[in-house]
Order: sequence, then structure tokens, then C-alpha cells
Amino acid sequence: MTLLKEFTKGFVKENPVFVMALGLCPTLAVTSSVVNAIGMGLAATFVLVFSNIFISLIKNLIPSKIRIPAFIVVIASFVTIVDMVMHAYLPDIHKSLGLFIPLIVVNCIILGRAEAFASKNNVFRSILDGLGMGLGFTLALVVIGGIREVLGAGQFLGYNLFPETFQPMLVAILAPGAFIVMGLLMGLMNLKKKK
Amino acid sequence: MEFVGKILFMAVMAIFVQNFVLMRFLGLCPYIGVSKKLDSALGMGMAVIFVMTMASTFTWLIHTYLLVPLHIEFLQTIAFILTIASLVQLVEMVIQKTAPALYKSLGVFLPLITTNCAVLGVAILNIQSEYNFIFAILNGLFAGIGFTLVLILMAGIRERLERAELPASMKGMPISMIVAGSMALAFLGFSGLKF
Repeated sequence: MTLLKEFTKGFVKENPVFVMALGLCPTLAVTSSVVNAIGMGLAATFVLVFSNIFISLIKNLIPSKIRIPAFIVVIASFVTIVDMVMHAYLPDIHKSLGLFIPLIVVNCIILGRAEAFASKNNVFRSILDGLGMGLGFTLALVVIGGIREVLGAGQFLGYNLFPETFQPMLVAILAPGAFIVMGLLMGLMNLKKKK
Repeated sequence: MEFVGKILFMAVMAIFVQNFVLMRFLGLCPYIGVSKKLDSALGMGMAVIFVMTMASTFTWLIHTYLLVPLHIEFLQTIAFILTIASLVQLVEMVIQKTAPALYKSLGVFLPLITTNCAVLGVAILNIQSEYNFIFAILNGLFAGIGFTLVLILMAGIRERLERAELPASMKGMPISMIVAGSMALAFLGFSGLKF
């Protein structure tokens, strides 16, 4: 039961984006379409799971004073792998995510999980935690991306949803739309929490 | 003359048209986190300008004279994040020894800057845009100024928001996001600038 909880806590209860407000930069930057959101979410999930595994394996070897630089090097190595793999096999998504793939290194979610969870728990739990948090992050990205794509382009995953007379609100896929949709969603989460 | 024109163009691009925070979504964590008080916003801004300029200088040198000759450009992400982390540490120690007063006002913000994605972002952008040495340094400086500008504007607005009557669920983060969205709308107007 607790193992299952380790996995599912990242979806809603401790959702990294909506509840803990971590990793805002990629969240706002790549959610102009659902495809980008999924690409970013899965790339971050991969890095999260593997850095959690690795850090939980070497947690006893790292002196606590230099643990943060050590974690960053581990994370940066997996980010480099993701960057190269995506460049080779998913060139379109790689191009539209652009700068934000190398920037997964400084995504606070990943360093946060390494510090708060993987450096204190065993490998199996760390995998579950990484997978859950990563999928929670992906879920949040897809929700925001979905709202922005439907409002801003009248599409979902590239399929037209509305008749041709529909005028999309272009602002939703531009930069201001990201902030406003995010702000309203956070307000909604607060409202729900109070009830 | 052409040189000066180029520099001016770059300054306007980096500060207004392609503002790091509002248009590129870089450095959002400090933007939301440290914009509650005007004083601390100013301190953070100054520290970021300083570190971004230094980081642009050093990462450009490392990329051009170390990574390219050795054909290990794929290690870019790891090399840059390590450079930035050690640079921040170094800057912190130097300021602490030489200018204790400055250290007192900047001190708390310096460690936070390592995970500010704007710093790693500007380093990678400099390389991607193939700037020469002078332009890379200037780009770092201007990007830092742009960051500081919106950080201070935001802090000013948020100090006033404290007294505004808001629905309880919109207080704090959600309303900050919406304000950021309106600022981004205003900044979107700069993208019509022509030279």
C-alpha cells in the first residue's frame, strides 16, 4: 500500500507543478501545444527516474558536503543522453523544445527529488518516486498544454476541434497566455484545497 | 558606427523584445520567489547581472578553447553547469573577502543563482547564436539587465497588491502569475519595434 502511495502521490497530492510550484520555466515555455508538453514531460521523467536510481545507489559514497555538485553532474549526464537520443530519433520535437532540453539540468523538480527522496531511500522506492513525480509533471504539462492549444489554436494534438468559423484566441499560445492560464489553474487548485 | 548600432540593437532585443523572463520563460523561480520586496528584488537583480556577465565570459572561453579543439561539444551541458556552479561559489568567496558590505546585501541570493535557468540559458544561447567573445559578454550583461528590470517592476506591483482586495484563493502565486501575464502582454508590444 505504501509503495503504491509512493507512486501515486506525484499525480495530485504532491503534484510538482500545481502544488509545489516547481519547474515553472519549462512548464510555461513548452506548453504551447500538447505534443511539446508530452515530449518535455517524458524527457524529464526519464532523467528523473534514472538520476533517482543512480543517486540512490551511490548515496552512501558521496560526502554530504559535496552532494549537490555530485547530484548535478549525475543529472547533467542523463540530460545529455536524452538530448542526444531525442536529437537522433525525434528531431522535430527536439527542435521545438530547443533550449529547454539542456535546461532540464536546472529543473528544480529533479534536484529536489534527488535531495529530498533518492538520497534517503532505497532504489526501488526511488524508481517509484521518480516515475510518479515524472508522470505527475507530464500530466500537469498536458493539462496546461491542452487548455492553451484548444483556446489558442482550436486544436487538440493537431486535430481541428471546431468549425472553420471559430476564431481562436491567439494570445493563449503566446507568452502572456501561459502566465494567465497557469495563474487561473493555481487559483482553482487553491479553491479546491479550501473546500 | 555599425558596431555601435549592432550593440544597441542587441540591447533592445535582449532587454525588451526577447526579455528573458516574460518572453523566453527563463528564470521564473527567482522572478516569482524574490519579487515580494523591492529591496531584495534589487539585490537579486544586481547579483544576477554580475553572474550572467561572468558566466557568459567563462562559458564562451571554455567552449571555444576547450570543448571545440577537443571535439567534445556534447559535454556542453555538463561543462557549463559545473562552470556556473563553481563560478558562483568563487564569486561568493571573493565578495565575502573583499566587499563585506556588498556580501551582506547579495549574500543570500548568490547560492540561488546556480539553479537560475536564465544563467545556463544565456550561456547556451550565446553558443547557439554563434556570437563572438565581445557580443557574448554583452548579451549576458543585457539579458541580466532585462531580468532585473522586470524583477523590479514586478516587486513594485506586488508591494501594492498586498493591500488589494482579492479572493482568498487568488492570493500569492496565482495573482502573481496573472500580473506576469499582463506584463508579458505589454512587452509583446515591443516585438513590433523596427530598426
